[in-house]
Amino acid sequence: MVGSASTLKLAPHIVFRFDETRQRWIMMAPERLMLPDEQAVEILKLVDGRASVAAIVDTLAARFNAPREEIAGDVAEMLQDLADKGCLADAGR
Amino acid sequence: MPAVDPPLALLAELTHRCPLACPYCSNPVELERASGELGGEEWQRVLREAAALGVLQVHFSGGEPMVRRELRTLIAEAASHGLYSNLITSGALGGEREIAAFAEAGLRHVQLSFQDHEAANADRIAGLAGAFERKLKFAAAVRAAGLPLTLNMVVHRQNLDGIAEMIDMAQALGARRVEIAHVQYYAWALENRAALLPSRAQLDEATRIVEAARERLRGVLAIDYVVPDYYGVRPKGCMNGWGRQFLNVMPSGTVVPCHAAETIPDLSFPSVRKQSLADIWYRSDAFDRFRGTDWMPEPCRGCDRREIDWGGCRCQALALTGDAARTDPVCALSPDHTLVEAALGEAAAAAPQPFVYRQFR
Repeated sequence: MVGSASTLKLAPHIVFRFDETRQRWIMMAPERLMLPDEQAVEILKLVDGRASVAAIVDTLAARFNAPREEIAGDVAEMLQDLADKGCLADAGR
Repeated sequence: MPAVDPPLALLAELTHRCPLACPYCSNPVELERASGELGGEEWQRVLREAAALGVLQVHFSGGEPMVRRELRTLIAEAASHGLYSNLITSGALGGEREIAAFAEAGLRHVQLSFQDHEAANADRIAGLAGAFERKLKFAAAVRAAGLPLTLNMVVHRQNLDGIAEMIDMAQALGARRVEIAHVQYYAWALENRAALLPSRAQLDEATRIVEAARERLRGVLAIDYVVPDYYGVRPKGCMNGWGRQFLNVMPSGTVVPCHAAETIPDLSFPSVRKQSLADIWYRSDAFDRFRGTDWMPEPCRGCDRREIDWGGCRCQALALTGDAARTDPVCALSPDHTLVEAALGEAAAAAPQPFVYRQFR
């Protein structure tokens, strides 16, 4: 389970990068291409193996000047979904 | 004609040579010999052109791609263009040293096939004694190199009852993902159809086991399950549509929208020996022929699933009806659907059939 104290990184088989041809961020797994929406891209950019989920929520709440609980719900839902798909790994911090 | 998007993935079939002889091999019945294969530098050019065209993922496949000595160079070439590279292998050649070199060259992922969860039946299906043992060692080498591993298990009447053990094996070997794919009936598999088609009861039990395992292993092991379309109600959206996302370069350099497309008689497929990939993707009759929905007959044309199923599979329509432009007969709405029902009845009634193994003829 992804909790607010979790520190996550992308699983080793995941590539998250900007694609020049399509002018958008993409996430790749074997046999799968994911096209994260703008909100997901902002979250994924912060998944770096150092910041905890709580810290990611703080950063986003400050950046978008939005209620922290709302952001926390969105972030938890998206990260749990990606963890269930095997796209995230515990960074063990 | 609708606007054409850039392709997402390239299947690079480096060779048809392979130490295994699986009777459901997806390679054509007329296999390409070594003398007809593209050279290493030609493949490097193909990878450069693919990346420039917008391809994101490259799957090195075959035959057994590790037959090709240039594989490490090709992986490095792909990585230098930001392509996500995947090795689709039998694991019957090479081991730790090769895998470590591939990882260093930038390989991202390995997909390793198994023919069953136990050696005797697996080696019988593969047509190669000792293959199973080599694959176990290969899987360990992949994990030792730190590369993520997907097991690919092709299932059919003669191994389907071991599906729970296959899933256990995937976990025990450290795979993060297992792809359990029912045989698709083209080429060699079509010749062996009566020996391979499972019964309805066998299929239902397998599906139940997969669904339970998916629930139990959520977040631990991803299970991709490809059902046999003969038992479906609607066809698979083959390749997500003809010429929409995928291109396949065959060992000779011929480019096709899917690996069986060359069976379609009145289409002439272009070659990377003569044309650029961009010309082939955007400006060839072969890739335009079944693109989008304009080519569709009824009942596809008026169907609300026409941009989900894309008419099903052209090669299957050809193989079963003799006409690639018809609705895929596995669709229950197809006027040719009785052909599929007849095949199922035939397989259910048939005595156990010997395999016709894949070989150069």
